Amino acid sequence: MIFWRAIAAATLFATAPALLAGEIPPDARRSGYAFMGPDTRAMQDDDTTNPGMLFVLDGEALWGKKTGSANKACADCHGDARSSMKGVAAHYPAFDKASGRPVTLDQRVNLCRANHQQATPLPYESRDLLALSAFVAHQSRGVAITAADDPELKPFIEQGRDLFMQREGQLNLACTNCHDDNFDKRLAGAPITQGQPTGYPLYRLEWQTLGSLERRLRSCMSGVRAQAYDYGSPELVALELYLMSRARGLPMETPAVRP
Amino acid sequence: MAALINVPAKAKRGDVIEIRTLTSHIMETGFRHTAAGDVVPRDIITSFTCRYNGAEIFRADLFPAIAANPYLSFFTVAKESGKFEFEWIGDNGYSSTASASITVE
Amino acid sequence: MPTTRRQFLSLAGGVTAAGTIPVVTLRPLEATPAMLNSAIRNVVGEAPIRTGKVKLDIPPLVENGNTVPMTVSVANPMTADDYVKSIHVFNEKNPQPNIGNFHLGPSSGRAQVSTRIRLADTQKVVAIARLSDDTFWQVAADVVVTLAACTEEVN
Repeated sequence: MIFWRAIAAATLFATAPALLAGEIPPDARRSGYAFMGPDTRAMQDDDTTNPGMLFVLDGEALWGKKTGSANKACADCHGDARSSMKGVAAHYPAFDKASGRPVTLDQRVNLCRANHQQATPLPYESRDLLALSAFVAHQSRGVAITAADDPELKPFIEQGRDLFMQREGQLNLACTNCHDDNFDKRLAGAPITQGQPTGYPLYRLEWQTLGSLERRLRSCMSGVRAQAYDYGSPELVALELYLMSRARGLPMETPAVRP
Repeated sequence: MAALINVPAKAKRGDVIEIRTLTSHIMETGFRHTAAGDVVPRDIITSFTCRYNGAEIFRADLFPAIAANPYLSFFTVAKESGKFEFEWIGDNGYSSTASASITVE
Repeated sequence: MPTTRRQFLSLAGGVTAAGTIPVVTLRPLEATPAMLNSAIRNVVGEAPIRTGKVKLDIPPLVENGNTVPMTVSVANPMTADDYVKSIHVFNEKNPQPNIGNFHLGPSSGRAQVSTRIRLADTQKVVAIARLSDDTFWQVAADVVVTLAACTEEVN
């Protein structure tokens, strides 16, 4: 009996931190910006030196350009993005009634292309898709993240949270091991951040280009020597959704600059 | 593809003004290889020129060590109202231009 | 020369195009100090190079070697008879020693240029200014390049 109680107690102690993990209180949530050096911050702060703005400009041009067999531009339905798209990216991934699933902003762009423009989908990480998403998300800069408040998203947020807590890869690490338990410490020379997705798509100095949150997640997965999920997979969408719910209240920064 | 140019719209005659340019380019170094072992051919901007009302005021020779989406900042004296013309030239016949105007009082 | 893990990672970090996979290459990847010297001599010729006048602002510890902000300025009045003709920037350990040549003139008003550079490894960066009297002035800075913790192998 005493033996069994000891095991039960040990299990309790072992699991308790995992249950608490992931709960960074709202006032302790910090954007990756807070972890960067002054030079990288300066690059993000000034729109005339932020290389992400090159993609926002490209996206603005695409927004007004007619495409597909419907010969329609985004602007033909949505008008001036400055008003119609303000705050939109702050609540993505959003629930899509037609498919009964959450969709990312990238996927929404391609759904619009398929359903309203009769255009071919833009490949993940292609310049045009990143540019359109960056242009749309840029309209939410400064807007607090509100994603995940739709009750229909609940099971998908839970799926994302489970994936965030699940150890994987040859290094047997979960997202939470670095980004909940060890932020403010360093991994090699790089600071470990909270993994708050406030500025996507963002310009990563490492990439020397703009990239999506999915690309960043896949980099982390190869970092822990795990098999990365495919672009657009339900797992990556669920992770993105959980991360946005975890970042609730932080202001959007698109296009952010990160090392 | 886009270029971002930052020139003050107005200046006083004799002011030293900063000009900033940022342009889209991958700046492929020519030192990288694919998995198959083939060299990824060099594709960089090799030259940048800025002219102020037709006269060259700044020129740069760029090498593979310049980061992707090249950023350049430099200075000039505001002498007269007119136009700044920017030109980027590179490998594979690459060429792009941009311009910005200034009012000097 | 064996390629070290550090070199490989910094190369692997240079992926820009989706679908390309960088691999280790077997030929020398670093500009040797001899290459740096000959690159400098190509610009300067046999003229003496003095230390001073030139200032190189570059972070001593950079967050990513793929995009390093850098500013070179020269203490000079930039008048019609005393100005900076050009500024030349070199590195010690990239595959190639040149970074950029910047041509100025008396109408520049201020002898200062900024750009963003690539540094494949922790190394020395050298900036040299040629003045209107054809004297050369230099400054060097040591830069420590940290590597990203999680680099992607394949997109």
